[in-house]
Amino acid sequence: MSVASGTGEELRPVAARNAAGGSWRNIASMREFGLVLIILALCVAMSFASPYFLSWGNFRAMLMSFSIEGIVVVGMTVLLIVGAIDLSVGSVVCFAMVVAGTAFLAGIDPWTASLAGIAASAFIGVAMASFVTLIGLHSFIVSLAFMVIVRGLCLAITDGRPLSLFSLPPSFKFVGQGTVPLDLRSLGFAQVYDVPVVILIFLAVVVVFDLLLRKATVFRKVFYTGSNEKAAQYSGIRTNRVKFFCIVLCSGLSGVAGVLYMARFGAAPPTFGVGMELNIIAAAVIGGASLKGGSGTILGAILGIALLSVVSSSLTLLDVPPVWQDVIRGMILLAAVTIDHLLHTRKRARGAVRAG
Amino acid sequence: MQPLALEVRNVSKNFGPVCALDGVSFSLRKGEVHALMGENGAGKSTLMNIIDGILRPDGGEILVDGRPVEIASPQKAHELGIGLVHQEIALCPDISVAENISMAATNSRRAWLMDYRALRDRAGQILASLAEIDPQALVGELSISEQQIVEIAKALALDCSILILDEPTAALTEREAGKLFGIIAQLKARGISIIYISHRMAEVFAHCDRISVLRDGRYICTEEVSGTTQEEIVRRMVGRHLGDIFPAKNPDSATAPVLMSVGGLSDGARVRDVSFELRRGEVLGIAGLIGAGRTEIALGICGLNRLTAGKIVFEGHEVTPRDYAQSISNGIVYLSEDRKGAGVFVDLPIAMNISALDIDRVSAAGFVSRAKEQAQAKGLADQLRLKRGSLDDAASTLSGGNQQKVALAKLLSVCPKAIILDEPTRGVDVGAKAEIHRILRELATGGTGIVAISSELPELIGLCDRVLVVHEGAIAGEVSGDDLNEEAIMRLASGLTIEGQEAR
Repeated sequence: MSVASGTGEELRPVAARNAAGGSWRNIASMREFGLVLIILALCVAMSFASPYFLSWGNFRAMLMSFSIEGIVVVGMTVLLIVGAIDLSVGSVVCFAMVVAGTAFLAGIDPWTASLAGIAASAFIGVAMASFVTLIGLHSFIVSLAFMVIVRGLCLAITDGRPLSLFSLPPSFKFVGQGTVPLDLRSLGFAQVYDVPVVILIFLAVVVVFDLLLRKATVFRKVFYTGSNEKAAQYSGIRTNRVKFFCIVLCSGLSGVAGVLYMARFGAAPPTFGVGMELNIIAAAVIGGASLKGGSGTILGAILGIALLSVVSSSLTLLDVPPVWQDVIRGMILLAAVTIDHLLHTRKRARGAVRAG
Repeated sequence: MQPLALEVRNVSKNFGPVCALDGVSFSLRKGEVHALMGENGAGKSTLMNIIDGILRPDGGEILVDGRPVEIASPQKAHELGIGLVHQEIALCPDISVAENISMAATNSRRAWLMDYRALRDRAGQILASLAEIDPQALVGELSISEQQIVEIAKALALDCSILILDEPTAALTEREAGKLFGIIAQLKARGISIIYISHRMAEVFAHCDRISVLRDGRYICTEEVSGTTQEEIVRRMVGRHLGDIFPAKNPDSATAPVLMSVGGLSDGARVRDVSFELRRGEVLGIAGLIGAGRTEIALGICGLNRLTAGKIVFEGHEVTPRDYAQSISNGIVYLSEDRKGAGVFVDLPIAMNISALDIDRVSAAGFVSRAKEQAQAKGLADQLRLKRGSLDDAASTLSGGNQQKVALAKLLSVCPKAIILDEPTRGVDVGAKAEIHRILRELATGGTGIVAISSELPELIGLCDRVLVVHEGAIAGEVSGDDLNEEAIMRLASGLTIEGQEAR
């Protein structure tokens, strides 16, 4: 949690900083801390309920299950902070798979094909960003339209049939399916852990974007724009450019995720990722990103998707019928945002008293 | 003596320590048009909000038709036959004229279902006497003046006998205002009593029966229009000594070199052929009524609004900006009048607010340096004597005056050569106000050019070396030295010349 305890809160305005007291109370009042507690509590409870839960195999499976989605969550969080939203991510993930897969089947080497897939996704982002910034439409409605358009393109390109990519070279499949041995026996751990490459890529993306979001000037402008777009304009920030950048970034990261999925599954089904956007938005919101813009952290969003993943895994291990799992997931989202809203309004009320 | 429709006796209202109304009395005869005049902040709006039940008075009583009443809510005011037409148009643009007109009436009837036919007929009846507006048109498609008439119709739909019009002509062209006066005359003939709030001397004298003047929350006088003059009323409105102590002015500002010259600025709407010069070390005021185009001039200069004509020459180079970012790098910055909406990021920390204008100043290699940012914020906060806890606290934890200092610190972070401030002390308490004035004068003494747009005449007179007066988007005149007094500014702002004739 070292990421959170240091300068991490400088971007978390009212909530963390105003809770007077030492740094311990600062950390304790942060949303990330609450999420960690909830996840730990779930893990402890589950370890009693199911002997398999605490196994490395189950943990690896859980990490794998949200690693690639987690990359999209990073893009979505940035987008929510700037005050926009993207419903098309599921379709765009699939688009990258389909474009890269088609290019590969046409004889292009898989690495170049992947780049083409990512570029195609980013291009979708450019198209959406143009409608949002040049014409002034809301990103919700633009991305809703593109969700449908891009899904249609995926089906059109593949003629509705999944692309089988068994002929992908092993060096490329390694990215999605391979593991790297992690030897921690010298630190007292019992075994050598095989860590999937996908998880390493995911962690790298998280660390880099967490750092960028907190420190880089470009992302600082994202916070200004999302916090109060007019004030940002009146501070000389070209807010349309900032929004453009964020939309393209989110689509680009969706493209990266799509290519990783392709490497992992060795296939490109044109219906992949339907409904994915909801899970991703839910994760970012549970993690503290506001739909009004101006707040959110990468760490929070990752914890958000981790929570959803732990819950899913728990429900499966507990033999909850799949038909009921969605009901429970939805209720968890509702509970998370309700609790957060109540805590937030109380804090704000206290802040106002101090100011008056 | 005609009977009184409304009488206000000894009404007082305090907002915290600020006394907005101090024992004000006022009476409205049946069927008269009674103008209520006074500077911004004189207490007119407070008084009207009390009469309309939006605010509760702290003391005094109100009589309607001779009977004492308690007006606890706007709904109660409606029942008493009082209708207030606000300065800002508050209609729903996406629904029809008829529905807008009947909104308040519908609300008080509490029926389950809407009777659209009855609603349309009723709206048609009311509108028929006013103007040719289709009750089924959408409000958003009407012109501003038509919307104003819909607002009036909305008040009439409640069968009001007392109608309050708060600066109804502020957003209207002269022709549209003419129509409005026709309607006022009609209403008057129907026996409706009207309180008419306006800054425009000429229209008050042409269309009202009596004038009451408020100043600093106190009742000053009531005069028959036939028995007074425009000069007399202006004198009554402004006649006060300057209570604030202002910093000493710059005696050499008239001969200092020109820093910025603005030529032929137009934006196709609110700004018409504005030209002026700003000298180094000068504090230049811009006066004018609300809506006269003062803000739009500033927005145009800074590249925040698109210009249709004009150029800005700064330190000898043409710098007409493409956008505000370019203006900032040229050294010309702007402080918005809308502090919470555009001046500060209320949810963000103080330090992040201050660095917002040019984040690169506190960054290295594309990354924000926390140490540099804190140092910058601390330096400026100390310079402006910002009262604060931690620089990491959200700006919302500060008082209005200190938030304004944060907004000012944000501008100063880029070491600007010219600063345009829009209402620099609006909503700021007296102490912080004096400090902001001191800061502005110090900046000017250091060679910065300062332009201060203000609705507060004492501020303009006390602070500025020279004041430009804007009337309907154009510069109506300039006052400085001995001419720099409230009467002269008010005359120019209301469309008169300094000497006394109507300008047009």
